[in-house]
Amino acid sequence: MTQTAWIIPFLPLLAFTMIVFFLRWKEKVASGFSIAMIVIDWVLSLIILAEALGRHGASYEAKILLTSFKTFNLELGILIDPLTAMMLVIVTTVGSCVQIYSLGYMKDDPRFSRFYAYLSLFLFSMLGLVLANNYFMIFIFWELVGLTSYLLISFWFEKKTAADAGKKAFITTRVGDLGFIVGLMLIAAYCGTFNYQGVFEKAASGTVPVGILTAAAIFIFCGAVGKSAQFPLHVWLPDAMEGPTPVSALIHAATMVAAGVYLVARSMPLFVTSADASMVVASIGLITAFIAASIGLVQNDIKRILAYSTVSQLGYMIMALGLYGYDTANGEHSAGYVAGTLHLMTHACFKGLLFLGAGSVIHAVHTNDIQEMGGLRAKQPRTAMTFMIASLAIAGIFPLSGFWSKDEIVASTAHHPLFFVLTLTIAFMTAFYMWRLCFLTFFGQPRNQHRYDHAHESPGTMTWPLVFLAALSVCAGWVALPWLEHGFSSFVYHGEPHHAEPEYLLMIVSTLVSLSGIGLAWLMYHRKAISADQVAAKFKPIYTLLYNKYYFDELYDLIIVRPIVNLGNKLWSFDANVVDGAVNGTAWLTVVWSDAKQWFDATIVDGAVNGAGWLVRQSAAGLRFLQSGTLQFYALFIAGLVAAIGLYRYFGISYTPTTTGLVTIFFLIGLIVLWYVSRSIWRRSTPAAAAEVEEHSVRVEDK
Amino acid sequence: MWYFLALGAALFALGLFGVITRRNTIGILMSLELMFNAANINFVTFNKCIQGGSMAGQLFAVFIVVIAAAEATVGLAIVLLVYRNWRGIGSDHYNVMKW
Amino acid sequence: MIPVQPEVGVAFWMLAFVIIMSGAMVVSLRNIFHCALCLIICLSAVAGIFILLEAEFLAAAQVLIYVGAVSILIIFAVMLTSNLAVQKIVQTNENALVAFVICLVFMGGTCALVDATHVWRYTAEALPANNTLEIGRQLMTDYMLPFEVVSILLIAALIGAIMLAREEKT
Repeated sequence: MTQTAWIIPFLPLLAFTMIVFFLRWKEKVASGFSIAMIVIDWVLSLIILAEALGRHGASYEAKILLTSFKTFNLELGILIDPLTAMMLVIVTTVGSCVQIYSLGYMKDDPRFSRFYAYLSLFLFSMLGLVLANNYFMIFIFWELVGLTSYLLISFWFEKKTAADAGKKAFITTRVGDLGFIVGLMLIAAYCGTFNYQGVFEKAASGTVPVGILTAAAIFIFCGAVGKSAQFPLHVWLPDAMEGPTPVSALIHAATMVAAGVYLVARSMPLFVTSADASMVVASIGLITAFIAASIGLVQNDIKRILAYSTVSQLGYMIMALGLYGYDTANGEHSAGYVAGTLHLMTHACFKGLLFLGAGSVIHAVHTNDIQEMGGLRAKQPRTAMTFMIASLAIAGIFPLSGFWSKDEIVASTAHHPLFFVLTLTIAFMTAFYMWRLCFLTFFGQPRNQHRYDHAHESPGTMTWPLVFLAALSVCAGWVALPWLEHGFSSFVYHGEPHHAEPEYLLMIVSTLVSLSGIGLAWLMYHRKAISADQVAAKFKPIYTLLYNKYYFDELYDLIIVRPIVNLGNKLWSFDANVVDGAVNGTAWLTVVWSDAKQWFDATIVDGAVNGAGWLVRQSAAGLRFLQSGTLQFYALFIAGLVAAIGLYRYFGISYTPTTTGLVTIFFLIGLIVLWYVSRSIWRRSTPAAAAEVEEHSVRVEDK
Repeated sequence: MWYFLALGAALFALGLFGVITRRNTIGILMSLELMFNAANINFVTFNKCIQGGSMAGQLFAVFIVVIAAAEATVGLAIVLLVYRNWRGIGSDHYNVMKW
Repeated sequence: MIPVQPEVGVAFWMLAFVIIMSGAMVVSLRNIFHCALCLIICLSAVAGIFILLEAEFLAAAQVLIYVGAVSILIIFAVMLTSNLAVQKIVQTNENALVAFVICLVFMGGTCALVDATHVWRYTAEALPANNTLEIGRQLMTDYMLPFEVVSILLIAALIGAIMLAREEKT
């Protein structure tokens, strides 16, 4: 199966093509076909994972040469190593769940088939991104997922906020992609290839200056910053929640935003060459995680809370990877790589579940505002149960999946006190805001009775994926049990297999932190022992700052958007006055000159042409009467011409072309005149016969 | 011999006049027969003037008689057809090829 | 002045008169049936001219084919096609006057040409005594190919006439 893995991205592409061209109007067939393709992909991915496990971490690579330049080759190819196999399974699992879930969620949407077409296109791009074996291909698919992300965020483009959010996401990630391109150019220039193995060997060989490697790594990390919504480009992800919720789950929680993490993990050999670049990565990750988590504390929109949670968790992963690079560059041992990738996997499970659960809630109450919810546990038992499992997982409660990955991350920060403290703080905040969300949504009294009365449990197509993902959220972390001999860490690793020793102290500390976060949420929002409003009033400035998301949007508007708009206006007025003036002047000259030429054409040239035509037409109008249709008239002419030749000969006129032509013309004219005169005489002399001829003529013409 | 040739010319001119002026298709065919006969008279007359006992003129006349018979047959068949289609055989009935 | 040659006697003038007069009637009479009868007279007179020109075979053929066959065919056609046999409509069309002029010019021109070609005036000579035999001999030797071609032509005309004239069975 591994040898034919290239087929995996093409199945969703086939679904996309079929839907767009053939199944557009057959919604059931379209969705069924799309789901069938991704489920087949899921099975294939599991087989590939099994085969990768069988190879004990050895990678498989197949490539074809696309085109060759003097200094380097562009190739297409696939690379399957443990990281790829893991990503394949994540993408296809969440993809299958989301597609099945969408059957219920998007049921009454007028663009149902188009939604599935976009989803299939996204899965094609994402799987291609994961399978790519070089930076050239990953960049292409990178842009493709950006495109499908844009299409799906603004899927309900009638809503202005959705259309704006799509544009914002596209443009913001483009800023990061600019850096990505620069990084790729540096790699192409200094490594002479785009192939991962080639680049990493070159980087490891020490022939490339460390400064260049640092720059390349940071620039590539820019792409990840954009795609994974890291500070300072994190602003697009919360707005991206304007898209349909399954899209948020698939693209903006589980897979696409993880592409940035994947890119960093994939490029880890570059980062381990440069401690500076790695420290930048780790710092950015930490700042992002902290900022996003703190914003998440006070938001009221259920999807936005989850979005900030996503940003925060992505920051976690990035930080872990960065710390790994830093420690490895300094020759120390670190669990960061395993922690980051493991958290990538577990996060995909529980965050996908959280979004799908949120979608189920929104589907029931038709609002995003958690202040309007409450007590929904009674109405939506299955959703509530799965949602709480996911919340426990993300909070890191033993023995759910989030516990193991978060524990690894905390362990990887052990050598860096600042990171360690902040990580634990973030864990505390995460547990708090997630359970604030849970308590406000599912417990207590309904705060909006009308919405509560209309709420209902979602259909099976929506809840069964929830249950499936909940099971994964519980179990996914168990692959990394520290007591296992050959666990996750001996499968997905960089450099040396990392064998995690169970660190019971850390486990207890992080569990306590999480539990205290949950407990605080319980006190504030369930028991109401501490009034949330009073806390907000007490820390008013901080609350306002957090509530307004650190004013990032306003800041960007002030320092980037406004100046650009102003500059655009200035340029526009320059265009309108000077450039347009010149252009219009030229155009005016052209018009005048054209008018003159047009007059010449119309009067002189057309006059000549039309005159010739007129001449021909007039003479033909006369001569056409010679074509009378009666044989006898023709016979008359033949006889007349023969007689004319006789006369001509008889009078002995010399045969020159001129005389022949002239005589013929004169004779013809004479003959016609003669014939006309004779016909008039005949008509006058025999009026009855003439009338009869006329009548026949008319009758035949009618016929 | 001159008189025979002149007779042929006169008969030919008569036939030509008939072909041009008759308003009845059968009349045109009859006039054509006159013209054939005029030609025949001429050929037979020429035969008298040929040196060396060749009968080419008379043989030509024989062939012309045969061809004229065939022409008359086909022509009259066409006349019948025209009559059936147009309910008349006036030569000005069927000027459908008019300009 | 034109010299009158010995063989042009009273018979020629009579025949010529009959031919011209009946020919004129063929092209000018109003009753098409009368025209057909005049055609028979005219063709018979032409047969007489052939005898004058020592073409006995041709004269016989003329009587058999023209007077016997073609004329009967024409009369049948007249009777089949129309009630024109009894109609008295103007039989000439609007080309009549100019056609008359042209035909006069044509005849005059032809006569002038014949007159200008002196060979026709003086070179009459005796034909072979039994020229019917000679015609047959030459027809079977020198003119074999035209003879066969004409046979095929006749067959073709026969079939063609049948095909054209038969009633369509719908």
